[in-house]
Amino acid sequence: MHWLKRTYEWLDFRLKLGGPITEAVTHPIPRNTASWWYVFGSASFVLLMLQIVTGILLAIVYVPSAGEAWNSLQVLNQQLPLGWFLRAMHGWGSNFMVAVVLIHMAQVFLFGAYKFPRELTWILGVFLLLMTLGMAFTGQVMRFDQDAYWGLGIGASIVARVPFIGGPLVDLLLGGPIIAGQTLTRFFALHVFVIPGAMLLFAGLHVWMVIALGINDWPMPGRIVRRSTYIQEYHELTKRDGEPFVPGGLWRDMIFSAAILLAVAACAAIFGPFGPTGFPDPTIIQTVPKPDFFFLWIYTILSFLPENLETPFILIAPIVGIAFLLALPFFAGEGEKSWHRRPIAVLSVTFLAVGFAVCQHLGTYTPWSPQMQAWSGDAVPVRYVHNATPLGRQGQIVFQEKQCRNCHMLGGVGGERGPALDGVATRLTYDQLVRQVLQGGGNMPAYGKNLSPAEVTALVSFLQTLHPEGQLPAHDASQQYISTGELQPAK
Amino acid sequence: MSNENEVTRRWVLVGIGVLLNGAVALLIATPIVGYLLGPVRKKGGYDSWIDLGEVGQFGVGETRLASFVNPQSAPWDGATAKAACWVRRTQEQKFQIFAINCAHLGCPVRWFPQSELFMCPCHGGVYYSDGSRAAGPPPRGLFEYPWKVQNGKLLIDGGQMPTLATSASVRKESSECTG
Repeated sequence: MHWLKRTYEWLDFRLKLGGPITEAVTHPIPRNTASWWYVFGSASFVLLMLQIVTGILLAIVYVPSAGEAWNSLQVLNQQLPLGWFLRAMHGWGSNFMVAVVLIHMAQVFLFGAYKFPRELTWILGVFLLLMTLGMAFTGQVMRFDQDAYWGLGIGASIVARVPFIGGPLVDLLLGGPIIAGQTLTRFFALHVFVIPGAMLLFAGLHVWMVIALGINDWPMPGRIVRRSTYIQEYHELTKRDGEPFVPGGLWRDMIFSAAILLAVAACAAIFGPFGPTGFPDPTIIQTVPKPDFFFLWIYTILSFLPENLETPFILIAPIVGIAFLLALPFFAGEGEKSWHRRPIAVLSVTFLAVGFAVCQHLGTYTPWSPQMQAWSGDAVPVRYVHNATPLGRQGQIVFQEKQCRNCHMLGGVGGERGPALDGVATRLTYDQLVRQVLQGGGNMPAYGKNLSPAEVTALVSFLQTLHPEGQLPAHDASQQYISTGELQPAK
Repeated sequence: MSNENEVTRRWVLVGIGVLLNGAVALLIATPIVGYLLGPVRKKGGYDSWIDLGEVGQFGVGETRLASFVNPQSAPWDGATAKAACWVRRTQEQKFQIFAINCAHLGCPVRWFPQSELFMCPCHGGVYYSDGSRAAGPPPRGLFEYPWKVQNGKLLIDGGQMPTLATSASVRKESSECTG
């Protein structure tokens, strides 16, 4: 092995990197950081490297042209050996990266690692999160299928709501008047050059600061961070109860990173690549655009915001959220690190995690969207047709033919935009049903102009049969007295 | 003393170098900013009259999809150079031409002739046959293109994706028929 040593010495005499690397490798870390909680940062970095490698491998085939991008993905998927696997690795790597970065951020927040002296490390981390999400969005555009096309339309429609400069911003975003070739090439430049370049720089500084400032010590309740004493306390801790970064701090990182890479490869091999979905032809409107997994929560929020709150919320909430994250280490730079003594921090993370999970879950089945095929695809359940009067059957035909089914379920099938109608007769009287159909309201269009009186009569006749067996339909109690005249004023 | 003088003189030269590079950077940056802002045009700056074809293909009382190639397109745009709109012919010489983009967030709305409604697949926006908002999150009715009939052909004034900000081409007032 003499020649190995000689080669190393020859290189290091010229590179002069041996010293700094040895220093980084042997710098002392607190022994109490030897925990599986500390593996997510390095896993994020490893995933970034995976994305760069797989991204370059895809770029040697991918054609960033609006006319050809979709076809080149088909070639990757269908014709080139293992092209599908590389696409799957890149797509699943992206999902894993967003997930691991989010977990890393939550952990760092709960461990108080953003406090003095690691404020800047946190701030760079916030930008790295934004860039990770930016890569996920621009990556979806690269797929340039129908989802990407209409996703860009949603992006342009959001940007258009910016006061005063909305129009020019849309032009800049799309690179022209419409979503087309110039749109794809500018998102390509962002996805392949601008954001990854900035990410490498930021991630490099981020890691450098972790090494230079030392890894955050395990938070102990009652061990308060003070700017005047923290550095000294940290050095005493690493001196008293420390160990070199290698191997003590490294082996868990390595095992976890290998496991993550294996998980990405397994998902890629088992579930395959994402899309592309339909051909990006804007005249094909039989499409139900949907964002990629990690943007489903935004999709959900956009459908639930009241109309008058929507523009302010879309434009202001992200700015407030990002400003809060950036300002966090400045107004909470000292004090308790331990989650045992930071109930608001724990509650915030719990609230955000639950909110995120709920919005994501709703985004997977979009109950707010009409089911465009339900009126022609989902039959009226047999039990409603059985024993129905001729008028009721006519009403069922009206119900199907007028697309009521697109928003209303029957027998658990159909749209969920409006309420399921299986028990509607127990909730609304005849008169109320007629009024609801004619005038709409409560987010239902008015059908007064679109239905003939005969159709309304038939439809409501059918709706009146929609009640559970043994439960009477709703009725207007006063009607009975009016018709029998029982409530005549006493003489 | 001469040493100090030398250093000072070099710092002056460095200062000149900084100024020189600053000036050059500004000189280079100006056209770069101009290049980047290239796509920005004033409202309606991308619009022109687009031919949708013979008037006769649109039946009176019907609403149907028409597609066209955007006049501002590049050879590498592929299918994305195309666009579509909903043409509603209310009378012999009276049209309403709607963008397919939902006024909420731009998704393509679909026309259902049976219930005479436009429905959006994304967030559940619904519009009546005249384009006015019926239900859901859209802040307004469907965007409308100005139109005219010339030499038996239906033309619309368009060319840009309609949004709340760029819809200069999609004015609310109805159009005139110019022959």
